[in-house]
Amino acid sequence: MFEILDKREVAPNVHRIVIHAPAIAKKARAGQFVILMVDEKSERVPFTLCEWDRDAGTITLVVQEVGHSTRKLVLLQTGDHIAHVVGPLGVPLEVENYGTVALAAGCYGIGAVLGIARAMKAAGNRVISVIEADSHYLYYFRDELQAASDELIQTTIDGSHGVKGHSVDVIQRKLESGERLDRVFSVGCVFLMMLAARVTKPFGVKTMVALNPIMLDGTGMCGACRVTVGGETKFACVDGPFFDAHEVDWDELLDRRAAYSEEEIHAVAHTAAVGPRQAGVG
Amino acid sequence: MAEPVKKKNLPRQEMPEQPPEDRVNNFDEVPYGYTEELAMQEASRCILCKNPKCVGACPVNIDIPAFVAFIKQGKFLEAARQIKQDNALPAVCGRVCPQEDQCEGACVIGLKHAPVAIGRLERFAADYERRQGAVTIPELPAKTGKRIAIVGAGPAGLTVAGDMVLRGHEVTVFEALQEPGGVLMYGIPEFRLPKEIVRAEVAYLRELGVEFVMDYVVGRNSTIRELLDEEGYHAVFVGTGAGLPSFMEMPGENLIGVYSANEYLTRANLMKAYLFPEYDTPPITRRRVAVIGGGNVAMDSARTALRLGGDVTVVYRRAREQMPARAEEVHHAEQEGVKFRLLNNPVRVIGDARHRVTGMECIQMELGEPDDSGRRRPVPVKGSEFVMEVDTVIVAIGNKPNPLVPRTTPELKVTKWGTVVTDPQTMQTSIPGVFAGGDIVSGAATVILAMGQGRIAARSMDAYLRGEAVAAPA
Ligand SMILES: Cc1cc2nc3c(=O)[nH]c(=O)nc-3n(C[C@H](O)[C@H](O)[C@H](O)COP(=O)(O)OP(=O)(O)OC[C@H]3O[C@@H](n4cnc5c(N)ncnc54)[C@H](O)[C@@H]3O)c2cc1C
Ligand SMILES: Cc1cc2nc3c(=O)[nH]c(=O)nc-3n(C[C@H](O)[C@H](O)[C@H](O)COP(=O)(O)OP(=O)(O)OC[C@H]3O[C@@H](n4cnc5c(N)ncnc54)[C@H](O)[C@@H]3O)c2cc1C
Ligand code: SF4
Ligand code: SF4
Ligand code: FES
Repeated sequence: MFEILDKREVAPNVHRIVIHAPAIAKKARAGQFVILMVDEKSERVPFTLCEWDRDAGTITLVVQEVGHSTRKLVLLQTGDHIAHVVGPLGVPLEVENYGTVALAAGCYGIGAVLGIARAMKAAGNRVISVIEADSHYLYYFRDELQAASDELIQTTIDGSHGVKGHSVDVIQRKLESGERLDRVFSVGCVFLMMLAARVTKPFGVKTMVALNPIMLDGTGMCGACRVTVGGETKFACVDGPFFDAHEVDWDELLDRRAAYSEEEIHAVAHTAAVGPRQAGVG
Repeated sequence: MAEPVKKKNLPRQEMPEQPPEDRVNNFDEVPYGYTEELAMQEASRCILCKNPKCVGACPVNIDIPAFVAFIKQGKFLEAARQIKQDNALPAVCGRVCPQEDQCEGACVIGLKHAPVAIGRLERFAADYERRQGAVTIPELPAKTGKRIAIVGAGPAGLTVAGDMVLRGHEVTVFEALQEPGGVLMYGIPEFRLPKEIVRAEVAYLRELGVEFVMDYVVGRNSTIRELLDEEGYHAVFVGTGAGLPSFMEMPGENLIGVYSANEYLTRANLMKAYLFPEYDTPPITRRRVAVIGGGNVAMDSARTALRLGGDVTVVYRRAREQMPARAEEVHHAEQEGVKFRLLNNPVRVIGDARHRVTGMECIQMELGEPDDSGRRRPVPVKGSEFVMEVDTVIVAIGNKPNPLVPRTTPELKVTKWGTVVTDPQTMQTSIPGVFAGGDIVSGAATVILAMGQGRIAARSMDAYLRGEAVAAPA
């Protein structure tokens, strides 16, 4: 069992969860993830390692509530236990001094990109973090990202805060204005990552994205996480999650993520059975 | 008690089982097992050979006439204990061993009649002991102070764990998934091997003092080197199995609705998707299912799909006699209504605009010249392509060795197929003190072979820990 040491809602439906997991903290590196099961009857669901503290033996996840399993998870509180957490999974991101790197992140990616920002900064890169949200009140981790970046740019789709538009629009403008970016990393929803790929391609800037197909075991045993990259089938959980954005078959990924949509709707309809705390959730 | 019967006149006793029309609607075990009377009658068919051929054909050389004689006399607990001297998981092996190729295939009665049902008797004795609650904890020897790390809780790892703890060593099993058992837990379905049996075996090992660490991926949380050099283990056993699914590498294979058998079965078995929504993992419930392959994995996938409401066809590129599945599985699948398209090979999967499967194109095959293995090689019949209308394709054409431990252990020698190189007499790998066995060494094989190798590994590991020389691969 893995104890939740701290949990708070950092933005509507987005929760920061600190978990006691020394065996994971010991080995965690930027770009890796965990798979967890809330209880013995739960699904196995993947989450990115945002922060880790080897001395305290803790890891931090940022969880965006989108369906049955994420809801079950965020209903747990400080002091509660998670039945299973396994990780660090996936290949750590290659961290080097590339020069100037830009990070484009949205939704859970704002949290997930933090570990990458810190690692890139520590390696001597100039780090430009560009984060997006639908509206101003959906932001979180701004101080943390500010500290880990040389420049932090915020965009909102509704224009209520910072630059109006997508994070990748900012990157596009930078590239068009001749600003040199040596690497772009994008984490978040598939649509955002696909846009990042589209924007950087004409400029030939190598862009790495953290693919998030449906996963089951996370150890290379099932192939649920198959993605096509450069015309070849890869297992995102063991060959990824980071891949070259310009090589990814985006249409296939978008469709494969929806593979279980009928069943998921069914599952959400059953979430009411989760437990007594249900009533307290606003 | 039954009169001694004239063996040869007595037919092989069938196990009572759930009728096919009932069992396709549930995941309960198909055969109920022998009653005491049936077991004694079947046992009486054995002529207790002085030089029993069956024993040599069992990979762990169970003293078959000895345990069958006990059953004949109604001494069921004695029979179970007799078997357990050579096989730690008799309730499992009695159910899943390919007996027709092993013990029963060599039984002399089988020359003229049906062979003695050794597997069913083995299962009976083990079930009897478990149901009586008569499983006893043997006295353990004094602690040796040596610590063993076992990687992977499949049949190979569990065997080593049991053997080593009985020799007084301190044993820790590291398993990546949330429950021990390996394929017994995530692959072989409930209706063929109830999970309660696997759990009982694991509980027994826990009582003996074996420690299980779940959710621990060796290669990620610790490497083999770290287990030895930093974490204080004196020897390591690698039993990580062959869990990497093979695909056909045909067009359309990443469409939605194409699954590896591992994914399909893991959802159903380990994640209990058939109990959705009580369990959270959704099952794959579609209507027209094609299963590609002819082994146990294909039969298990087909019969699982049937129970989830599918209309199921097995597509296999060779002929029926060449199907590697256990005879009983093919028989059960047929009884339950699985259809077979033999001598057919899929060439591509067809999908709609949303990347969902709508069909699978196959080509007919005929048997040509024998290949290296002596099996006649299937060759495509020109122009015989046709399309099957399906919405689900399950690829069950085999599994390759798990690459993670070799990838993260550079000094571990592997073959070009990715299997770990060991000395067959000792199961030691190219790293002193590191042993391996099961599917990671043989490639996808059988439960009993994995256990047999585990037993050898335990013996030589024990010798290694006592400072004796242990052969390493040449
Ligand atoms: C490597 C990786 C890292 C991730 N990191 C984070 C993270 O840090 N924070 C976060 O909030 N989310 C993260 N996700 C996504 C998260 O796993 C899914 O949102 C979650 O599984 C949805 O489960 P659900 O039951 O709540 O929603 P569902 O109702 O099951 O689905 C809602 C949406 O999530 C997608 N989804 C469902 N199951 C999975 C799955 N097993 N894997 C991926 N997507 C799925 C569906 O396609 C659907 O669009 C990550 C995914 C991957 C693969
Ligand atoms: C569907 C199916 C049906 C089968 N039917 C039969 C049958 O009827 N009869 C028969 O004799 N055989 C059958 N087999 C084959 C048999 O199950 C295997 O040969 C046997 O389980 C191999 O045992 P093992 O201990 O080597 O590996 P496995 O049972 O594969 O166990 C390996 C374990 O190691 C774990 N692991 C892997 N990597 C790591 C890591 N890095 N760190 C920690 N843990 C790790 C895995 O999660 C797994 O639990 C079947 C196989 C399948 C898939
Ligand atoms: S372990 Fe398998 S091969 Fe050996 S006697 Fe039992 S059923 Fe036969
Ligand atoms: S070969 Fe057959 S008859 Fe002889 S001992 Fe074995 S099971 Fe009995
Ligand atoms: S999630 Fe099963 S292989 Fe990647």
